[in-house]
Amino acid sequence: MAPRRRPYTTAALGAALLLLALVPVLNGLPDTHALHVSDFIVSIVGKWICYAILALAIDIAWGYAGILSLGHGAFFALGGYAMGMHLMRRIGDRGVYGHPVLPDFMVFLGYPELPWYWLGFDNFPFAMAMALLVPGALAGLVGWLAFRSRITGVYFSIITQAMTYALMLAFFRNDMGFGGNNGFTDFKDLLGVPLNTRAARAGLFYAALVSLALCLLICAYVVKSKLGRVLVAVRDAESRVRFLGYNVTSYKLFVFVLSAMISGLAGALYVPLVGIINPGEFSPGNSIEAVIWVAVGGRGTLGGALLGAFSVNAVKTWLTSFAPDFWPFVLGGLFVAVTLFLPKGLVGLLRRRGG
Amino acid sequence: MKGNSLYLDGVSVVFDGFRALNNLSLIVEPGEMRAVIGPNGAGKTTMMDVITGKTRPTAGTVRFGDHDLTRMDEASIANLGIGRKFQKPTVFDALTVFENLELALKAPRGTLAALHWRLGTEAHEKIDETLSEIGLTAGAQDLAGILSHGQRQWLEIGMLLMQDPQLLLVDEPVAGMTDQETEHTAALLRRIAGTRSVVVVEHDLEFVRALGRKVTVLHEGTVLSEGPIDQVQGDPRVIEVYLGR
Ligand SMILES: Nc1ncnc2c1ncn2[C@@H]1O[C@H](COP(=O)(O)OP(=O)(O)OP(=O)(O)O)[C@@H](O)[C@H]1O
Ligand SMILES: [Mg+2]
Repeated sequence: MAPRRRPYTTAALGAALLLLALVPVLNGLPDTHALHVSDFIVSIVGKWICYAILALAIDIAWGYAGILSLGHGAFFALGGYAMGMHLMRRIGDRGVYGHPVLPDFMVFLGYPELPWYWLGFDNFPFAMAMALLVPGALAGLVGWLAFRSRITGVYFSIITQAMTYALMLAFFRNDMGFGGNNGFTDFKDLLGVPLNTRAARAGLFYAALVSLALCLLICAYVVKSKLGRVLVAVRDAESRVRFLGYNVTSYKLFVFVLSAMISGLAGALYVPLVGIINPGEFSPGNSIEAVIWVAVGGRGTLGGALLGAFSVNAVKTWLTSFAPDFWPFVLGGLFVAVTLFLPKGLVGLLRRRGG
Repeated sequence: MKGNSLYLDGVSVVFDGFRALNNLSLIVEPGEMRAVIGPNGAGKTTMMDVITGKTRPTAGTVRFGDHDLTRMDEASIANLGIGRKFQKPTVFDALTVFENLELALKAPRGTLAALHWRLGTEAHEKIDETLSEIGLTAGAQDLAGILSHGQRQWLEIGMLLMQDPQLLLVDEPVAGMTDQETEHTAALLRRIAGTRSVVVVEHDLEFVRALGRKVTVLHEGTVLSEGPIDQVQGDPRVIEVYLGR
């Protein structure tokens, strides 16, 4: 039973992903070639892909289940920190202080030894698992407390804003053991490949692209399943779903935790691409901005989330190259305009055009 | 199969000092169909809220067989086999008629079961059967949001059928329906009743008469009179508070 299948959407998404896959290939062309794209473009598009993964995560929770989290930046940042810890540990004795185990900032701050929660992060699979599990566990805890008490709507949004703000303040502290306000940077290599090389950039780009495709498949499976229809029902008439015998709390928890884990993955892919992670990633504005991508693209459709992430960030990159101070106003204006005139986002606009 | 009886004893619900239910007692036997009437604000909907776990009683006992309903949440009560149709029909607008019925269909309610759920032929036939019963076969793939008021009422009754409950609570099923639709609904409910217990709240006395079952009259949160429709209609107290107006 697929009453509202849209074959064009799937085709368009596939084509877009293939087109993206060309970016590193074109980067490999000689500089003189007409189709050559710069290293900068590879990094920036790679970043947008990570943002698109984050947008997907927000959309399955907000667009489908009606859970508006304004704290998804925290899950993204936690995934990023997990990857950052791995990259820091891989620096080994190549740091400024040349300590065999301790990262530079720990030597500087006089740490006698590695804190227990840094153990294991030298292992890549372990760090990747943490990039998923830590955001998932935090979402599980916050979600369980909130959904169980039937905290919904704007109250839930405020709680998640507070969550990311509290984490930001915590990560700013030097004694947390996460490098304080400087965070982590000066990474050397990942899986033996020196970062800041063309090969590493292409590898990270494809890792992000493949992850995006996988997340898209997972999210599509979820939203097209009966579970997805229960989530839509929860979004539109939560209490009615309970009277049909569904445990709404566990459905919301499922999607919220999944969403947080996908966000964590996005953050982990993002950090080696940009080469830095610091507490600024937790800032409440980041989470709000990510929600705006989804609103602009069209919430409640997976394609809309991707479209929003790419288009808003493309505009942002373009605009901030000459008028960075202007961006917050454009972003705010965009949000108001979309809310008022395009409630279904760009996807809604395309559908109307398409008849 | 011997069903459970519904047992309410001394139930009171107080909202900020206002007694919506006042020492209400009622027994519905397995397989019985009961009509509940009463003026606006008599507490009919509140009674259903108490049975389905939406509202906790301030005092009193509410049992379904051996189960103490006052200690259970909405979902567990629904899974005991108590289904409800709301006064204001509530269906899922963004889903199709078919999908609405599919969600209501009796099946494992866990998240993983729902994630891997496949619609089997048996389930499909059951849904098709219900679709024709509620007259929505042609519109099965329409979004529920575009249905007319009467169709929404029927879809919600259809969802009740899919749940295959032991006890159905039906709040004003014919409000806003034409005479013909009302008749169809009465026939549908009589047929559904079969082996189940049904509690129907209605204002429409012709409809209650058409059901032809025992009637309970509520007034100010308590039972005023109980018996066959003719007896109840002849009860002077009932005439005074309800029918006489
Ligand atoms: N949540 C609530 N808070 C405060 N008062 C309430 C609440 N729910 C119901 N009431 C009051 O309790 C009384 C009984 O309401 P109820 O809805 O049960 O009546 P009813 O018999 O279903 O009426 P109607 O025929 O209009 O549907 C009404 O006076 C109503 O205003
Ligand atoms: Mg009522």
